[in-house]
Amino acid sequence: MSADSIYLRRRLINVLAMILSACATALGLLFLFWILWVTASNGLSAIRPSLFTKITAYGAQGGLSNAIAGSLIMDLMALLICAPIGVLAGTYLAEYASRTRLGTTIRFLNDILLSAPSIVMGLFVYMIIVLPMTHLTHGGISFSGFAGSVALAFIGLPVIVRTTDEMLHLVPGTLREAALSLGVPKWKLTVQILIRAAGSGILTGVLLALARLAGETAPLLFTAFGNNFMTVHPLDAMASLPITIYQDTNDPSPALHSIAWAGALLITVFVLTLSLITRFLFSRKKVSYE
Amino acid sequence: MQVTSAEPLTRDIDKRSRADARHDLIFHRALKFCALLVLASLIGAALSTLWGGSEVLFGQGWHFLTSDAWNPVTDDYGALAPIFGTLVTSLIALVLAVPVSFGVALFLTEIAPTWMRGPVGAAIELLAGIPSIIYGMWGLFVFVPFMASIEPGLNDTLGRIPVIGKLFQGPPLGLGLLTAGIVLAVMILPFITSVIREVFLTVPTRLKESSYALGSTTWEVLWDIVLPYTRSGVIGGIILGLGRALGETMAVTFVLGNSYNITSSLLMPGTSISSSIANEFNEAVGVHRSALVALGFLLFVVTFIVLLIARLMLRQLAKREGS
Repeated sequence: MSADSIYLRRRLINVLAMILSACATALGLLFLFWILWVTASNGLSAIRPSLFTKITAYGAQGGLSNAIAGSLIMDLMALLICAPIGVLAGTYLAEYASRTRLGTTIRFLNDILLSAPSIVMGLFVYMIIVLPMTHLTHGGISFSGFAGSVALAFIGLPVIVRTTDEMLHLVPGTLREAALSLGVPKWKLTVQILIRAAGSGILTGVLLALARLAGETAPLLFTAFGNNFMTVHPLDAMASLPITIYQDTNDPSPALHSIAWAGALLITVFVLTLSLITRFLFSRKKVSYE
Repeated sequence: MQVTSAEPLTRDIDKRSRADARHDLIFHRALKFCALLVLASLIGAALSTLWGGSEVLFGQGWHFLTSDAWNPVTDDYGALAPIFGTLVTSLIALVLAVPVSFGVALFLTEIAPTWMRGPVGAAIELLAGIPSIIYGMWGLFVFVPFMASIEPGLNDTLGRIPVIGKLFQGPPLGLGLLTAGIVLAVMILPFITSVIREVFLTVPTRLKESSYALGSTTWEVLWDIVLPYTRSGVIGGIILGLGRALGETMAVTFVLGNSYNITSSLLMPGTSISSSIANEFNEAVGVHRSALVALGFLLFVVTFIVLLIARLMLRQLAKREGS
């Protein structure tokens, strides 16, 4: 083979690789826009005022008000559970156990929890909360919004731990040394200086956790279960947007499908807006969540 | 005078530093407790599903793992069909998503003009933000009819190839293992892409520039310099994607067809561990419920091992980098 033909071959392979890689990117974007377009067009045509005022019990004539309320309540309760625990656990990893064996083990296992199957978390909460509650109250309380929140909290927890840990690592060490040399006790240093310095980053983690758990369906199936009526009591079975979408999609009625699309649009807009906000507001500090 | 005024002061300081030490200890313990909760959630998930599934796991033992029966009427349960479905759909997803993710990562790190990298990268990562139930709906209402329309074509083309043709022969239902695999592939694409992209960026510019200076093409730099340097990270990213695919529930439940089949055709409906649990758990009682929790335990253990391997491989790269 002459030098020219080898050169030509190398150029050809290179151009081919470039083209294929551009095609791969185009394919990825195609799927993104396809899914977003389908959700937006089906959802927008189904959005009407009664969605926000009527409950799901009316079926095709109904709305999503109880599901929206249930989702908001459970997402908020889940955050209230997992945000403090997650921030404290992340602080422990970053400030107290950065290089200890326990610290590295927990950090490593937390990364695994980040991608653990969410349906197993649903089963877990079913076993530790729903079943015992049913036994204790002789069936009076079984599925509950509280159980749903705990399941969602387990989904959000590793996200917050990871972000807090990484954000605290970004705080310059000189800040710690300066405070310690003034005789500030370590808890005061952590609470009043470090967590405050990493505040916006930690908030990003909380918002990302919210974006993550707001779209989850599988952990709610056996914990919050679903409810066709409006309830705000945390010990009642509670409706949620993802579960309502799941049930309506499984139903043969096209009218329910269109309600499901409206719910899907609401969730997608909520989740994507959250992730865009975190991306643009806090893009200076970058952490990966894979 | 001096002595009397200094003494209460030192006593005060002593008192204060003792209080500080006490608070520090309480604070330390509270933090440690929260960190241990993270550990407890992992162990708790494993133990509680093991306990819930013990009736089937220990009562039936190997029969549960090796039987393909799934009969709630006679309470005869075997996990083979769901395991088969989970593995096949995840493998299809990997086979499709890995080359595409690789291409996207290459595009975003080496080829695309700088102004394009941010927005396009963000758009691809947006795919990861879409809730899985939306993938499920899109899959059922849009992608399944689309697959049903192209499956006769698959029968006639890929289905005619000797050996692998068998995989693509079957009724054009639209639902099935292949469709579920493709939906999963779209779901894990952003995860694999973002890991590969990140590890590509860890390659020292010096190395790449030296190769370019010797006259390498972009592809050669990628294949001979970047890939060997990042091998463990790339494989880690791929396995991470596998871990995601194995545990995914909502995206596959709608499009899999839910039938306990082990078939050679990818166009046939099947089931998976997660979709079996999602579909049947709330109607199941007794042994049936125990069998489903046992499936959950299997899923948790398998994904745990897969994710463990992925993390170890990613850590290996990070270590060599010295970060």
